[in-house]
Amino acid sequence: MEKFDLDAPHSTGTTIIGVTYNGGVVLGADSRTSNGVYVANRASDKITKLTDNVYLCRSGSAADTQIVSDYVRYFLHQHTIQLGQPATVKVAASLVRLLAYNNKDMLQAGLIVGGWDKYNGGKIYGVPLGGTIIEQPFAIGGSGSSYLYGFFDQAWKEGMTKDEAEQLVVKAVSLAIARDGASGGVVRTVIINEEGVTRNFYPGDRLPLWHEELEPQNSLLDTWGAAATGPEPMSM
Amino acid sequence: MSSIGTGYDLSVTTFSPDGRVFQIEYAAKAVDNSGTVVAIRCKDGVVMGVEKLIVSKMMLPGSNRRIHSVHRHAGMAIAGLAADGRQIVARAKGEATSYESTYGESIPVKELAERVASYVHLCTLYWWLRPFGCGVIVGGYDREGPQLYMIEPSGISYRYFGAAIGKGKQAAKTEIEKLKLSEMSCREGIIEVAKIIYKLHDEAKDKAFELELSWVCDESNLQHQKVPDELLEEAKNAATAALEEMDAD
Repeated sequence: MEKFDLDAPHSTGTTIIGVTYNGGVVLGADSRTSNGVYVANRASDKITKLTDNVYLCRSGSAADTQIVSDYVRYFLHQHTIQLGQPATVKVAASLVRLLAYNNKDMLQAGLIVGGWDKYNGGKIYGVPLGGTIIEQPFAIGGSGSSYLYGFFDQAWKEGMTKDEAEQLVVKAVSLAIARDGASGGVVRTVIINEEGVTRNFYPGDRLPLWHEELEPQNSLLDTWGAAATGPEPMSM
Repeated sequence: MSSIGTGYDLSVTTFSPDGRVFQIEYAAKAVDNSGTVVAIRCKDGVVMGVEKLIVSKMMLPGSNRRIHSVHRHAGMAIAGLAADGRQIVARAKGEATSYESTYGESIPVKELAERVASYVHLCTLYWWLRPFGCGVIVGGYDREGPQLYMIEPSGISYRYFGAAIGKGKQAAKTEIEKLKLSEMSCREGIIEVAKIIYKLHDEAKDKAFELELSWVCDESNLQHQKVPDELLEEAKNAATAALEEMDAD
């Protein structure tokens, strides 16, 4: 029998994705924060704002990634004031990398930095465990990403439209949720481009079903066909 | 505009009754005694030139450089006490590399100028330090385009279209104002800067001088570098020719 230690460090089991498209980026994530088999938060928001134009996808230790994003937000704010204009995505990613690399012994954080700036357009930077920084046309992370490498190899293409990119992200996260026990809940997406930022929400029961998945059901009574009378309410 | 600040000029931490800090003004005088530095911002880059007065015939040409590269995309020309200038350049290089290590991008020229100006100003705040005896012109090219900043010993820094410091700065400024900088390319700018420096060099007072020219522009691939030798020769010849024409009149 497994012992549930509800005070153990929470992990964002997670699937996170960042994808560039023609004109910006789309970031996506699931919403499950797990603690062993216990789901501590089934509707968490793993896509965190760093500045108006740069967001961060967090995977790994929930505490570690929250602290890192708080620090980077603070440094970026100061940088913006000093510079007199919004920071570029590259600067945000560089600051994330510095923290991740210099504290690599203590942190467990797999991060994806994505955003839009007027000099370079939409950009995605992966900062995985260990603290490397790598600019990519798309990036995936978290435990659920293992199931997506082949999918992206086939489905990714250069120069997608905004809608194509978002559909790709939603499809990918839902595929990962289907196979990864540590990912689940809802799919959240954030689209960042010249016009601004759009947040979207896809509840779990509106996601496509994959191989051998069953329709969501409200009650076993639906399956048993007890439509007419239903159970008798308990008398107190 | 000089006045004696008797009694109020012994320390950089003393104000005079009329609100001046004399030590800083005296530092500026050190700059005024040095060879002229002229810099202009053209439409595709920045050109900087120095009238490097030669103290001894035994000196190797090209030594004692007055223009330094601070980073790939920015350079600095110094007027005044050369040793003080070296300190400032070293500090600027440090700031530029530390910015890039932290933020992953080249330091914006504005930020570089502000950091150097801050450092120069720092040395005017404490009695155990003396102000830097040099003025510095920072020329660089970043994603906002080519930019030119001048930093005085007081720590003031402004952005300029054209700037001059040193002996001939008044004459140089008059000449710069005649130029149409917004339409000029750096190739043309090199010739103009050389002409200005040759023109305001005083043959009677200072014997020989060496012309140092640098640029950072589209043609130099956005790198700060010494102007290529053939262009330097071209500029020198054009400048001497212009002088002779003037003398002939």
